Amino acid sequence: MKRSARSARIRYQILLALTILFLGMSILAPLLMPNDPNHAALADAKQAPSAEYPWGTDWLGRCVFSRVLAGAPLSVFAALAIVGLTLMAGSVVGIASGYFGGRVDAFLMRIVDIFLAFPGMVLALAVAGMLGKGLNNAVIALVATGWPPYARIMRSQVLTLKEENYIYAAKLNGQTTVSILLLHILPNALRLVIVTASLSIGGTVLSLAGLSFLGLGPQPPVAEWGSMLADGRGLMQQHPWMVFYPGLAILLTSILFNLLGDSVRDVLDPHDSHHLFQKTQRKRKP
Amino acid sequence: MMMRIWLGPLLRYIARRLGSLVVVLLGVTFLTYGLMYVSPSDPVELLLQAQGIPVSEDVVQALKQKAGLDRPFLVQYVSWLGNFCRGDMGESLVDGQPVAEALQAALPRTLLLTLTSVIMTIVLSVPLGILTAVRQNRFSDYFIRFLSFLSHAMPSFFVSLLLLYVVALKLHWLPVLASGSAKGLILPTLALAIPMTGKYIRQVRAAILEQLGQSYVDGALSRGIRPGAILVRDVLRNALLTIITLLSLSAGSLLGGTAAVEMIFVWRGMGFLVMDAILKRDYPMIQAFVVWMAVIYVLINLLVDLSYRLLDPRVRLNGEPN
Repeated sequence: MKRSARSARIRYQILLALTILFLGMSILAPLLMPNDPNHAALADAKQAPSAEYPWGTDWLGRCVFSRVLAGAPLSVFAALAIVGLTLMAGSVVGIASGYFGGRVDAFLMRIVDIFLAFPGMVLALAVAGMLGKGLNNAVIALVATGWPPYARIMRSQVLTLKEENYIYAAKLNGQTTVSILLLHILPNALRLVIVTASLSIGGTVLSLAGLSFLGLGPQPPVAEWGSMLADGRGLMQQHPWMVFYPGLAILLTSILFNLLGDSVRDVLDPHDSHHLFQKTQRKRKP
Repeated sequence: MMMRIWLGPLLRYIARRLGSLVVVLLGVTFLTYGLMYVSPSDPVELLLQAQGIPVSEDVVQALKQKAGLDRPFLVQYVSWLGNFCRGDMGESLVDGQPVAEALQAALPRTLLLTLTSVIMTIVLSVPLGILTAVRQNRFSDYFIRFLSFLSHAMPSFFVSLLLLYVVALKLHWLPVLASGSAKGLILPTLALAIPMTGKYIRQVRAAILEQLGQSYVDGALSRGIRPGAILVRDVLRNALLTIITLLSLSAGSLLGGTAAVEMIFVWRGMGFLVMDAILKRDYPMIQAFVVWMAVIYVLINLLVDLSYRLLDPRVRLNGEPN
């Protein structure tokens, strides 16, 4: 078991390095573009891949390769922002619910129940549809529908943590509620939430691309992978590269983040040794 | 004796679950209604623009009055709610047709597509999941898990387009547009089921592996029972609860995921309808979509929870006496 823990850690480090490399590349992507991603040259429209346009051109003669690169920072960092914001929103609700208990808890968990009793993507679609098109609204829709599971997890963590002796000690020391929550509860409760968050990045990349495929994401001429697929699908029969390459970019990004998520879970929350639960489930009375 | 179900508590349980459906509906419709109210774009102006009528303040006001959009937020919400409770889902802002009529045609199509996708997901993921568990750490295990990882990372709209390209456009095996035919249903079903299968093969595998590690398996083996028989009679039966849970979860994400697939294959179901409504900001239609999806999802979950009770007599529903 020790050996498997070590190999999980090595795998995690390799994937983390790959992810950082990928993030760095997507920041630098705009510098690597061979052509202006938004430059429409109708004379060059619908060209097959060539030396000048490595992945061909779209219906307006824009370079597909450059557009996929230009879309990288947007797709990747918007997805990371969504996951970060859902984590924060859910954690705030979960901590408030778990620590204060009583009516606050009952009220907040009722809201969580309502959200969880509803298919998330349907709600995201409705929220994005009601708010209107645009990247910001797509992000709001996915955050607004994604936070409840985090609130649940955070709440359960806080419920067990708040009975720990060091919390009582901090209270006796006269620490304020805010500093107890931030300094003692939050760091200890964060582990499971981070596992959940890292497992959800890949899915978020897909959800965001899905919303923008449906026309609810960034608006033209902004290059975004999901909307590139939507633009190219009518011309797919003769010009499959317009659909194939952006789709490949989505696929590879989601694969990378799924692998990273799995390995974060293996390192932080190994299933065969549930020391995390064993430690927190033991309730000590003061 | 065998099927002695406590009907009293069971009915009370169902009633309570349906009661919670009301709360869910109130919460969700209030949320979407509120969003509509704060949304910057005005459906009436959009409608006039779409029809090529010059937007003047008078016309907009008159139309708003007619549709009741000039009233305060809560008044609008409560009147919508009142109408809805009487079975009146309102009229489309775009063509003035009753929303109920449009839904009547679309809802069965989405339900059919969801059903075929769930069945396809089971047909693909359960046998493959069992296979990977039984042949753990062999080539077939790694190979199937690799494929499942790949398909899980693929969005259903990309799968749709790939299927469309290969099967319909290049090989000409199936029609490009679904257009309501049984043959046309195959590709949308696959497009929804393939990503889902990728996710569930792993979970079925984990559920089966967990059962295989139980001591009753060793016990049965040592008594000389054939492994195949143990697998089918005991392991599968015990893993069934997990598999049913997966189904109810997949129904939820399928209901949301149909929109893109329905658009691509022009399968005129709820997703197709709501995307059209969203682009035209046809609020009554979006509201009706949200409500019906919630109803379907809650009912599916209720049926799943009740089926636990039937499959495993040890399971006690919340509030039932032990």
